[in-house]
Amino acid sequence: MRPDIIVIGGGTVGAAIAYGLAGFKQNVMLLDGGDRDYRAAQANFGLVWLQGKGMGLPAYQTLTRTSVGLWREFATEVEGLCGADLAYENNGGIAFCMGEDGFENRRAQLQRLHNQWDGGEPDWEMIDRTALERLLPRARLGKSVSGASFGRLDGHANPLRLLMALHEGIVRQGGVVRSNAMVLRIERVGADFRLLLDGEELVAPRIVIAAGLGSAALAAQVGLDVPLRPQRGQVLVTERFEPFLPLPASGLRQTGEGTVMIGATQEETGFDLSTTSDAAARLSRKTVEIMPDLAGAKLVRQWAGLRVMTPDSYPIYAQSQTHPGAFVALCHSGVTLAAFHARELARAIRDGELPDFLTPFHQRRFDVPKAA
Amino acid sequence: MSAVDLLIVGAGPAGMAAAVAARRHGLDVLVVDDQPAPGGQIWRSVETVAASPRGARLGDSYLAGTARAAAFRGCGAAYEPGAQLWQIEPGFRAFVTSGGKARTVSARAVILATGAQERPVPFPGWTLPGVLTVGAGQILLKTADQVPEKPVWIAGSGPLPLLYITQLLAAGGKVAGFLDTTPPGRLGAALRHLPAALGKAGDLWKGVAWTLALKRAGVKMVKHVAEIEGRGEGRLQSLRYRRQGGTWQETPAEVLLVHEGLVPSIHAPLALDCKVEWRRDQHCYAPVLDGWGESSQPGLFVAGDGAGIAGAIAAEHRGTLAGLAVAARLGAVSSAMAEAEAAPARKLLERELAFRPFLDALYEPRPQVFAPPDETVVCRCEEVTAGTLRARAAVGRPGTNQVKAFTRAGMGPCQGRQCGYTVMHILGGAQNRPPEALGFYRIRPPLKPVTLGELAALEQPDNAA
Amino acid sequence: MFRKLHDPGPSAVTILIDGKTVSAEAGENLAAVLLRQPEGWNRTSTVSQSPRAPYCMMGVCFECLAEVDGVGSVQTCLTTVRDGMRVSRQLGRRVLSA
Repeated sequence: MRPDIIVIGGGTVGAAIAYGLAGFKQNVMLLDGGDRDYRAAQANFGLVWLQGKGMGLPAYQTLTRTSVGLWREFATEVEGLCGADLAYENNGGIAFCMGEDGFENRRAQLQRLHNQWDGGEPDWEMIDRTALERLLPRARLGKSVSGASFGRLDGHANPLRLLMALHEGIVRQGGVVRSNAMVLRIERVGADFRLLLDGEELVAPRIVIAAGLGSAALAAQVGLDVPLRPQRGQVLVTERFEPFLPLPASGLRQTGEGTVMIGATQEETGFDLSTTSDAAARLSRKTVEIMPDLAGAKLVRQWAGLRVMTPDSYPIYAQSQTHPGAFVALCHSGVTLAAFHARELARAIRDGELPDFLTPFHQRRFDVPKAA
Repeated sequence: MSAVDLLIVGAGPAGMAAAVAARRHGLDVLVVDDQPAPGGQIWRSVETVAASPRGARLGDSYLAGTARAAAFRGCGAAYEPGAQLWQIEPGFRAFVTSGGKARTVSARAVILATGAQERPVPFPGWTLPGVLTVGAGQILLKTADQVPEKPVWIAGSGPLPLLYITQLLAAGGKVAGFLDTTPPGRLGAALRHLPAALGKAGDLWKGVAWTLALKRAGVKMVKHVAEIEGRGEGRLQSLRYRRQGGTWQETPAEVLLVHEGLVPSIHAPLALDCKVEWRRDQHCYAPVLDGWGESSQPGLFVAGDGAGIAGAIAAEHRGTLAGLAVAARLGAVSSAMAEAEAAPARKLLERELAFRPFLDALYEPRPQVFAPPDETVVCRCEEVTAGTLRARAAVGRPGTNQVKAFTRAGMGPCQGRQCGYTVMHILGGAQNRPPEALGFYRIRPPLKPVTLGELAALEQPDNAA
Repeated sequence: MFRKLHDPGPSAVTILIDGKTVSAEAGENLAAVLLRQPEGWNRTSTVSQSPRAPYCMMGVCFECLAEVDGVGSVQTCLTTVRDGMRVSRQLGRRVLSA
């Protein structure tokens, strides 16, 4: 069966778009890469997060808020369709502040963000240590924790179950998922795109390139120059505990299974997926400073993922002008934005045109003459 | 941070021999081992046990460990027992925890002599208390002079069950029955390799003698057992088994010991990105090594059963070769001298390796080891069943690591040591691909769990560079 | 489940397993001691609370975990008994505590 749309990239971004397209009755085929590809989706921290995001780009605040607003209904639908439990909770989230300076700096940062956005009430408030202790009765806080910012729209989910459910959901809605399908070349043939894979050709009138760090080479073949770089994030996960942390925090959350996730670093180390003990030590020091009792927790696994970074860190959503019908979707907050990708972005791609509010995210913002 | 010429991980036959060889040429050597005393699994507790009555019961090959441990103790290598290595970074920088404290050691070369583990054998009920490996039973006998209270059931294939039963009977233990899982026709397949194996006629005879001893002792033996199942509430209470094409038999059981051969400890080489190859003859991965045991990572050697299962004697020779190679690499001995010194070890190693194809063919695991029924818990840590894995394998034909991400199989504290091979085989079976086309899990640090407190207390690097 | 073939005699030490005083041989392996407790010793798994007990005795299966002298998730098969050692079962997931 000839697909209406082929989505290249089976990570959280590509899978959410393909899932949405399948829901909009498109014949969709999702091409997933090799088992040992970089796969940022397997390294995701799992926050569905708003607070603190969007400095310098109010449109990103709006976009994130839209997706966060859609998440509950999106999760319910995915769970119903696939019988999965995404472990989505949106009871708010916190960012710990260390010392009085840390507290005031955080307040100032969030206030600046609020000032740049003219969308009404802030989604956050600063809470002092006493209020924080009331929120986290089973977690003993370290001495230097002065308080936190509390974002009432923040939450978290299980990113791996989300990814699995999206794959499952594509198939259940009549779509096709193919692993180990590496696209080597994209050619225009009349109104169609021909994708050359290892020993095989696929043809479709529309394609979406959502192949993470592998996207630059593919997008160039449809006339889109997408400047990307990897940014390494290392994450730690501990053994399982009985629930003690009822809210996710930026950089520290307890999962539905009971494990504690800690992270992530931001390192400019190129295409290098190795983990370092220095990072493990740094993350551990920070964690023990926030919650001293975690000193006795066993680290079970440390891993590294490569964030898909653009020069200004914000997403790229674009349709090619030279190759209409070819879309690009790239970002590093695939879980937070999943609801938006599955709903509004998928709808726009089906309709063949990206809406005006996505204009700030077009790749052309990077098409400026480079300084000598 | 302490600094040494050579870090050896593991104080079994290979690690001890490597230390002795490297010390002979004056290298500064540190040996870390997770056991409290040298000897590895084969010579566990030999220093204390050899002189006791149980020493004699365990046999001559066990007692041979006494002299090896003494030579090791006297060789001048620094030795740190009870220490767990949890990460090695390029350079080399190794991270070791002992006594609840983590520290770093820098080394110019590393020899991994971490040995083998028993091949995981999943079947329904294998997580019940009372089900252990034969190796575990033997360790209990060696270290604690401990035997199953009631007559024990033993199921499996290979030399170890025969050896253990012999030792157990000598100690006054009782065997309820031996379920020999070696499939029919294996002997014929093995005989092709007999000429090469004749160099070790003594070992061939040992196997025959063990079997005869079992018969003489009146041990119930059931041949060609294809499937087993443990049952019970809260612990093993009964055992079901079935011969190829036969009907299920059920019998009360309190302890069941199982063994289907050994596989190399592959986690450290995998975590270090060493090239590995699929060993079709041994149904496992082994690191790709040169004639000295050096891996694809320069300066990183693997010796002993971690290099491919070949037994304790081969392990010692591989240890000697690796120790010499490091001495030559670091300039403590000329290449020509090292080559000359290595010659006897090489020759004896070859003799040991010539014996393997016979054993590998004779004790090739039955197919059911790799294809447990759907209800079987495959990943013991995360409790993922074979059925779940098979269902997942069908959606888009995902690879091992994608399935790990989706099901959590392999994400628990054992890091896939008990499920990795089974998952490869189950996915391969469902997708009609050979297991090696799927590949093993990507192995992440730490190799052994370490606490956040230990990590937080690690000395910080001198400068941030 | 298992029994020891000899009496430790003068080299016996005393340890506490779940608050109960138990005799063991100095220098022996803790998991071995657990395996000869008359009522059967087990922990329960963190996923389904299913019973688990020592399985591999060589540090690769992580089934023999227990809290030892206040430290959680210790591999008892890699632990040597010491006089006065306190061992507690872990039932399901650990509780985070100081």
